[in-house]
Amino acid sequence: MNWTSLLFKRRGSAPVARERLQILLAHERSALGQSNLITVLREEILAAISRHVAVDPESVQVTMDRGAAISTLEIEVEIPNLEEAEKAAVNF
Amino acid sequence: MANVVVVTSGKGGVGKTTSTAGLGTALAQTGQRVVVVDFDVGLRNLDLVLGAERRVVFDFINVVQGVVKLHQALIRDKRVETLWLLPASQTRDKDALTDEGVARVIGELRNKFDWILCDSPAGIERGATLAMRHADMAVIVTNPEVSSVRDSDRIIGLLDSKTERAERGEQLPKHILVTRFDPARASRGEMLNIADVLEILSLPLLGIIPESEEVLRASNIGAPVVLNNPESAPARAYMDSARRLMGEQIDMIVPSEKRGFFNKLFGRRAA
Repeated sequence: MNWTSLLFKRRGSAPVARERLQILLAHERSALGQSNLITVLREEILAAISRHVAVDPESVQVTMDRGAAISTLEIEVEIPNLEEAEKAAVNF
Repeated sequence: MANVVVVTSGKGGVGKTTSTAGLGTALAQTGQRVVVVDFDVGLRNLDLVLGAERRVVFDFINVVQGVVKLHQALIRDKRVETLWLLPASQTRDKDALTDEGVARVIGELRNKFDWILCDSPAGIERGATLAMRHADMAVIVTNPEVSSVRDSDRIIGLLDSKTERAERGEQLPKHILVTRFDPARASRGEMLNIADVLEILSLPLLGIIPESEEVLRASNIGAPVVLNNPESAPARAYMDSARRLMGEQIDMIVPSEKRGFFNKLFGRRAA
């Protein structure tokens, strides 16, 4: 400690900790939020499709790829052949 | 109506067990019937902090597996007669606790007690999610330190998704309990202050437990700090926190720096 730090109150390390945490947590929360988003999207897409055709919940794949400029959402749904689907729909 | 409270943190060593013992004892001293449940399978310590380690015969896992009845595993505190302990097992099998078994035991405890405090293991694995599963309320123990705050944030996310209440779309009240707070360092800007922690985690504060020699002294002896030195700052802080948990409005006292003349002169912190 030199004499200048006695005159000018030293800025502690706590503000640095606070700033680092705020940035980090904002990032981590949005990353976790996206994985929730995928679950929500998957369920809603499944619900919308199954109003028209019978689909196996396991046959819906939703993936999200995050890039710097753009992110892509990929949805893959296996829909049974129409006759099969109609048979299934009759059973509802 | 019984209240199931999970005491959790994500990070280890922040004071979950000490806080479970402190809050549990303080609640029991008001005449409430309290059981503290150790969920830390393989690394139990709540028995030690409460000074009951030599009285453990049966444990939580024995009850979950139906080997013994609940009352055979419950240990009544010798000092506070409304305080009970359900110890964890020292078995190394992490899967010994089953979802159904834990649900059944918590259900039985709800009929017997006013407060069920679940001392969570560290981490975000099965033990931690089982401890929070049936909670009506959560106490998140946080040190004013970056890794602890980050892990608390993570645990808050789990509380909002993995608990029964969250799955039913209900609110799970959550409170922050700041432990090991050093007012002198915080005032010098060397430690996150209370406002920083609350702002980052955006949850209400249950209490502030100051860093104190009394906490180690009490655990050495095997008596919760609330009993070992009721006049000490951490004991008072636990008592106030327990009363807030019961819904009482109690003014929050932010611990302040205690510095004598010589310490001020030489710029050193008072012990």
